[in-house]
Amino acid sequence: MLQSHAPYPLPGDREAIIRVRGLEVAFGEKTIMKGLDLDVYRGEILGFVGASGQGKSVLTRTILGLVRKRAGTIEVFGEDLDDLSAGSRRAVERRWGVLFQQGALFSSLTVKQNVQVPMREHLKLSERLLDELARLKIEMVGLKPDAADKFPSELSGGMIKRASLARALALDPEILFLDEPTSGLDPIGAGDFDDLISTLQRTLGLTVFMVTHDLDSIHTVCDRVAALGEGHIIAAGSIDTMMASDHPWLRMYFNGKRARAVLQTGA
Amino acid sequence: MPSAPSPEPQAVLDHDGTGARVVLSGRWTADQAPGVEARMAEVADAVVGERLVLLDLARVERLDTLGAWVLDRTRHELGTRGLAADFVNARAEHRILLDEVAFRGFQESVPVRRSRAIDFLAEVGGTVVGAGRDLASGISFMGEFVAALLRVATKPARFRITSLVYHLEHIAFRGVPIIVLISFLVGCIVAQQGLFQLQRFGAAPFVVNLVGILVMRELAVLLTSIMVAGRSGSAFTAEIGSMRMREEIDALRVMGLDPVEVLIVPRILALVVALPLLSFLSAMAALAGGGVVAWLYGDISPDVYLARLRTSIGFNTFMVGFIKAPFMALVIGLIATMEGLAVQGSAESLGRHVTASVVKAIFMVIVLDGIFAMFFAAIRY
Ligand SMILES: Nc1ncnc2c1ncn2[C@@H]1O[C@H](COP(=O)(O)OP(=O)(O)O)[C@@H](O)[C@H]1O
Ligand SMILES: [Mg+2]
Repeated sequence: MLQSHAPYPLPGDREAIIRVRGLEVAFGEKTIMKGLDLDVYRGEILGFVGASGQGKSVLTRTILGLVRKRAGTIEVFGEDLDDLSAGSRRAVERRWGVLFQQGALFSSLTVKQNVQVPMREHLKLSERLLDELARLKIEMVGLKPDAADKFPSELSGGMIKRASLARALALDPEILFLDEPTSGLDPIGAGDFDDLISTLQRTLGLTVFMVTHDLDSIHTVCDRVAALGEGHIIAAGSIDTMMASDHPWLRMYFNGKRARAVLQTGA
Repeated sequence: MPSAPSPEPQAVLDHDGTGARVVLSGRWTADQAPGVEARMAEVADAVVGERLVLLDLARVERLDTLGAWVLDRTRHELGTRGLAADFVNARAEHRILLDEVAFRGFQESVPVRRSRAIDFLAEVGGTVVGAGRDLASGISFMGEFVAALLRVATKPARFRITSLVYHLEHIAFRGVPIIVLISFLVGCIVAQQGLFQLQRFGAAPFVVNLVGILVMRELAVLLTSIMVAGRSGSAFTAEIGSMRMREEIDALRVMGLDPVEVLIVPRILALVVALPLLSFLSAMAALAGGGVVAWLYGDISPDVYLARLRTSIGFNTFMVGFIKAPFMALVIGLIATMEGLAVQGSAESLGRHVTASVVKAIFMVIVLDGIFAMFFAAIRY
């Protein structure tokens, strides 16, 4: 739910809404991450970068409890996720929304029904409100009203991302996890999506954890960036700090040809 | 913040000379949805007759999209009734939220009402048309299959032998245990029932003829076909259907590969090879089952059983059963792959087509068996 929080807390007294410490994740023999520490502060948009296959999706899924960790602690809203009873776990799940890399819309439900799934599960709403709220969310993410009654197989890639964003926002979450929300969108569509995220973040007071490859997104909407490499966070901070970093991968990423092109066009 | 915050949304109305002022407090959020709706409905009723309504948000503890939506919807509805309603003392973040949800009318999607009788007739008509269309597309699909088969036959290098072997292993080899087991049991049951009925006429030894002819002519092929339709037909539909869902079939097409040639020819050929082999094993298992029961219940020793079998089953009895097998395989394969290609986007559609594939295949196998029975009777084979 929306908190009446202070406009934007100063860096010093910022509350870490997600706190990951000493995280280790492995599949069989293969260790994906080890000793990973990460903080996400309330009210920020954190851009999470890293080369393909480094484990950005795995980290997201581990925080969400979809992948088992070997070691470490994950605290969300100040509560250690390992210590929660089933009931409090459900309460936590109500307070976050997830946009999966492939959208993960339920293929046998229309967009509107998809958005209503979490509402029906967690809230007691009248049919009228259920209908109106679902349509409201669908319009808020910039879909045309007629998209509400379409099935996922009838949507374009960008529309799928928007529809699953609408579903992620169904319960007015406090944290929004986005896994590569703009990949596969055209640059204008991606730009619109970025604007949408930042508007929603301001309106609803969201905290956004955004896995992305998109340098435009990083420059336009992210308050802070964290980079994953070799199984841990190699650097985290404002974009300027990241650009000043002398880690080879970060130098290539932020100062490569494509990055300079983004900067020159004045993003 | 109110001194004693109560989570329930509350609305306190007071009138003054110029209009009504409604002081809202508590949480106007989704988890309080019934309260939120009820309070606003009460407010809408209570302000009848006023000209100006001010909704005071200063003491609202929390507001989310749902709360903002209901508030703005009420404001709009009051407006349409000629009451000027407005928000006052909203905090900045609440104001942004109210602007974001700003009321918009949603078109009700009106469900079309029709009479039951017409619905029923339409349903019947639809089913008949669907069946006709199924038949037509089945025949056209068979044409496509034969064309692909001929293409492969003229260019044997294009034939996917690995795929054929893979499917043979899955259909034939891995299907053996269950088919043998079921056939053995059915053989036992037929022999036991035959014995009990025939003993009453003192014709117990004829149970061997009964089992032999029934198994050879009908049971082996039918049992095997039904099992294969359930085991392999469903697998074909699911495999091809999920490939369709993920555009893999389209990917094949744009790479210049013919999906019928790549996916369907090897599968159907594997079925056509496997089904006669499996039918043979099934027949042997059923005869063995019959023999065991005849020995245990009917005192017909294995020697006698085999000798009587030899006299009762002619080569034509054997052929009648096995000529049918490849046709059964063709029908099962065509139906399974056709249903797979008909899958559309959703997981539900996949499930529907897998079910349809098995049901249609079993139905067609039995119909085909009936047609063969009439045919063989007509030519006295
Ligand atoms: N379920 C799984 N089983 C085994 N390995 C996996 C699994 N999921 C992901 N991986 C491996 O984990 C690594 C990180 O994957 P992922 O998080 O998807 O990368 P990305 O950073 O591109 O999102 C990859 O090497 C991938 O092969
Ligand atoms: Mg990923």
